[in-house]
Amino acid sequence: MSRIEKVFSDLKEQNKKALVTFVTAGDPDHQTSDDIVKQLSKSGADIIELGMPFSDPMADGPSIQRANIRALNAGATLIKTLQIVKSFRVIDASTPIVLMGYFNPIHHYGTERFVLEAKESGVDGLIIVDVPPEEDSELNEPMRKSGLDLIRLVTPTTDPARLDLILNSASGFLYYVSIAGVTGTKSADVQTVGSHITQIRQKTDMPIVVGFGIKTPDDAKTMSEVADGIVVGSALVDTIEKFESAEKSITDLSEQVNALAGAIQA
Amino acid sequence: MTQNSFKHGPDENGHFGIYGGRYVAETLMPLILSVEKAYNEIKTDQTFWDQFNYLSKDYVGRPSPLYYAEATTKHLGGAKIYFKRDELNHTGAHKINHCLGQVLLAKKMGKTRIIAETGAGQHGVATATVCALFDLPCTVFMGAEDVERQKPNVFRMKLLGAEVVPVTSGSATLKDAMNEALRHWVSHVDDTFYIIGTVAGPHPYPEMVRDFQSVIGKEVKEQIMEREGRMPDSLVACIGGGSNAMGLFYPFLDDKDTRLVGVEAGGHGVNTDQHAASITGGSAGILHGMRSYFLQDDDGQITEAHSISAGLDYPGIGPEHAGLHDQKRVEYVSVTDDEALEAFQLCSKLEGIIPALEPSHAFAHVIKMAPKLPADHILVMNLCGRGDKDIFTVADKLGVTI
Repeated sequence: MSRIEKVFSDLKEQNKKALVTFVTAGDPDHQTSDDIVKQLSKSGADIIELGMPFSDPMADGPSIQRANIRALNAGATLIKTLQIVKSFRVIDASTPIVLMGYFNPIHHYGTERFVLEAKESGVDGLIIVDVPPEEDSELNEPMRKSGLDLIRLVTPTTDPARLDLILNSASGFLYYVSIAGVTGTKSADVQTVGSHITQIRQKTDMPIVVGFGIKTPDDAKTMSEVADGIVVGSALVDTIEKFESAEKSITDLSEQVNALAGAIQA
Repeated sequence: MTQNSFKHGPDENGHFGIYGGRYVAETLMPLILSVEKAYNEIKTDQTFWDQFNYLSKDYVGRPSPLYYAEATTKHLGGAKIYFKRDELNHTGAHKINHCLGQVLLAKKMGKTRIIAETGAGQHGVATATVCALFDLPCTVFMGAEDVERQKPNVFRMKLLGAEVVPVTSGSATLKDAMNEALRHWVSHVDDTFYIIGTVAGPHPYPEMVRDFQSVIGKEVKEQIMEREGRMPDSLVACIGGGSNAMGLFYPFLDDKDTRLVGVEAGGHGVNTDQHAASITGGSAGILHGMRSYFLQDDDGQITEAHSISAGLDYPGIGPEHAGLHDQKRVEYVSVTDDEALEAFQLCSKLEGIIPALEPSHAFAHVIKMAPKLPADHILVMNLCGRGDKDIFTVADKLGVTI
């Protein structure tokens, strides 16, 4: 059983929902980011989604765009992202790590080589935002061989025919994007999301997590009721942004994650 | 269409060889597919093309003349040089061709809002123009740095009724404007059409923009037959994203005896980190919905382009060019800022035509190649834009205060 499968099956047994926390690797700098990732699981994150910094993050809103720039300015690279994962695996062998990003840095590094090294570093899955099923042949084969999950996004614009196509190559869990938009902007209506998820469930048994626009413990609680888990990203990244001015610290981040975990498991 | 044709791209998934495709987020995929479906429908819709041709003629002023540049020919003392005068189009450049096509498609699809990205502002002005013509609200995304550098075009767009949104994210230039337009589109999928400004972006844009721009090459074929009774020996065009070059080259791709030369912006030199030559100085990658050539660093981060010409200042190139480069059907070369600046001045003095800095790159290459060619070699250069917009940049470079 993969780490991802185990997390969802354990949570299901306890009748709990998954908290997926997103931060950008290398933000605000390598060492702090290394500490942050370790702190996330200690504070109650069930799955860690780690952003691979890119110069042109087209699906991201202002918060995560700035996180990408901070990380790149501090010298983040694809290799250093994998180092953060390796360092995390020394202290935590069970919390899944999913890398999220854009295709160009991976393509430039060499897709096969990257998939292999990601697996060796302790990565469990990849979300590559700008590779739709139509273009995924180059990714699919090495990922299947290495046993990494290709986590797919389903959106409010996905029609039934596309859903079938997406489910064909998806594994691990499904990431339901709750709004037509970019990260960290508008929030979705829970009933609309719930009815979409009900439709998706008719076609798959894969766990479904909801992300985009979930910021507060209240948002998290409401949205978790219609899914198997929720993703919080921009709200955490906003806290990390305030590290530089010393307005917030890793302790605040830890409390924030704790509150989110508490809210969805209450 | 034969197996050996260079014109059969893209395939049904939008690939030109290994390039092109649709590298977009899932939210946009259904929308991209609907644009493709609509575009495939209008390909054979005579009413659509009648309207496109009518407006091309009476609104844009097509066909643009094919002008024998006698003074240049004599000055360079080699090939016989013609200019395709697309700078005489309404709005001053070839961009209006694909804006007209795309706005008609947007209308056909029932879209009620238009967005566009722009660098120098030429595509923004052309988009704002067709939106004024069709009374559609228009939002143009423009890098905050470019808004500052291109004030006259910003004012033009506003006069035409468009909203200009300065983009401060990333490096605040053209690539970031395109990122922002794509982000906006994701958030307004129901009512908005994105008019892309070059033969780039996800399928079907590279094909669609090429087809609308192909009017340039088709006219050249007819005009040169009339003037010379035969096909030209070479065609030269500048390349940023590559729309004017693709429009000129496409109808000639299977005319094997016609040499095709694309001129990229070499900035301070392709061996420096200050240029915009994606093919001669970049490598294969994925950005803005397509696989093509891009400027990037060792970690696959997209780097800043540099060119004296804001219209060529893009760190990528259209995927069909990438394919034509690999197939060796088109030669890609580069000229520097300084060479383009000299060409700008020479063309102005010799021909009484102030070219835009973009085709000044093409002209700079013509200056290099024409003297080595025989007098019976017919060369056609695409003079794709006029230079009025560039006089401030040029004056500044020459140390002149206007």
